[in-house]
Amino acid sequence: MDRQTRIVEIVKRVAGKPIEPAPEESLFESGALDSFTLVDLVAGLEKEFAVKIPDADLTPRKFDSVERIEAYLRNRS
Amino acid sequence: MAWLRALGSYLPARVVDNAELAPLVGADAAWLLRSTGIEERRYAAADETVATLGIAAAKNCLEAAGIPAADVGMAIVSSGSAERRFPGPASTIAAACGMAGKPAIDLPMASAGSLFAIALAAELTRAYGNVLVVASEIMSRVVRMDPAGRDTAILFGDGAGACLVSPETGFAEIVDSVLATDGDFADALHLDFDAPLSMDGRAIILQASRKLPRAIGEVLERNRVLPTEVGTYLLHQANLNLITRVAQAVGAPEERFFRNIARCGNTSSASLLIAATEWWRGAGGTLGGPIVLAAFGAGLNWGALLAR
Repeated sequence: MDRQTRIVEIVKRVAGKPIEPAPEESLFESGALDSFTLVDLVAGLEKEFAVKIPDADLTPRKFDSVERIEAYLRNRS
Repeated sequence: MAWLRALGSYLPARVVDNAELAPLVGADAAWLLRSTGIEERRYAAADETVATLGIAAAKNCLEAAGIPAADVGMAIVSSGSAERRFPGPASTIAAACGMAGKPAIDLPMASAGSLFAIALAAELTRAYGNVLVVASEIMSRVVRMDPAGRDTAILFGDGAGACLVSPETGFAEIVDSVLATDGDFADALHLDFDAPLSMDGRAIILQASRKLPRAIGEVLERNRVLPTEVGTYLLHQANLNLITRVAQAVGAPEERFFRNIARCGNTSSASLLIAATEWWRGAGGTLGGPIVLAAFGAGLNWGALLAR
């Protein structure tokens, strides 16, 4: 699985509903994520990609779309 | 050594339930309850101020302690919603309680202010004897009561709490505390002059979900107390879902996290002391193990305090 597919799988899991988010789609505006599932998303990303996301990087904007999440993880690697 | 000696609180008489609030902010009452766990909150009357709420809570606390105001050496008052730049409510509260001439310090800190005040009071008891900590907030006047203010208006309520910290005796000795600040997120929650409260709820929840359990874990670990050994966790009542998350992250049974948010809403810095007062009255002198007080809020400021 490529990175984007893995991200989508995590988003679907934490959202707890059948969604197919487009890469640039806002996960908050679409209702896929809320304040609390965002916490689960970050935890899921850390586990799946074996990274520790520091508090300083925990801004909702960084995790607002699959595209942005992928860009953040790409810059981390 | 410093002790938690007595607690007190005051809630305004007016109850505002979700059915009354929801239409004002363009929300559905059921959604409001599901999102926050809040069923109702109290709003101050037009003639009440942050100081008058604080005075009522302070007197309630001193009465519970059974000591005269003359035996109190200092007052520390936290509020993020005081009506004017200066003086803050501390001097008015101290004077009304009969503490004229004693130092009264304002701590203009929302949410975590009461926790910081107790931790500071614990250090100051050596020099000043009994220290009266008061937290008082009228949040209903600083949020926007229309659909644009929905995400903040649904959370907040008004009230005040107080705690007497004593060098001699009390129901629990303050063992240790962890306090922290992260100014990189100062803009995530702020109240500017002549503007309603502004909150990036997602950023706040994200940061709180990590920082609060970490602070609790730190204070427990360095005092060799297991999360499951704590009898009661008393948290700033910010959001029911957040309290549940913190319980899971800390690894302690959720039922040990005292909650009154359903009836009071989020009263910012007052919420920790209002919750603590209700727990203390209900406990009837039985601690049931160490207690942890913890709070998180604007600043960002957060921390945890262990007492037993």
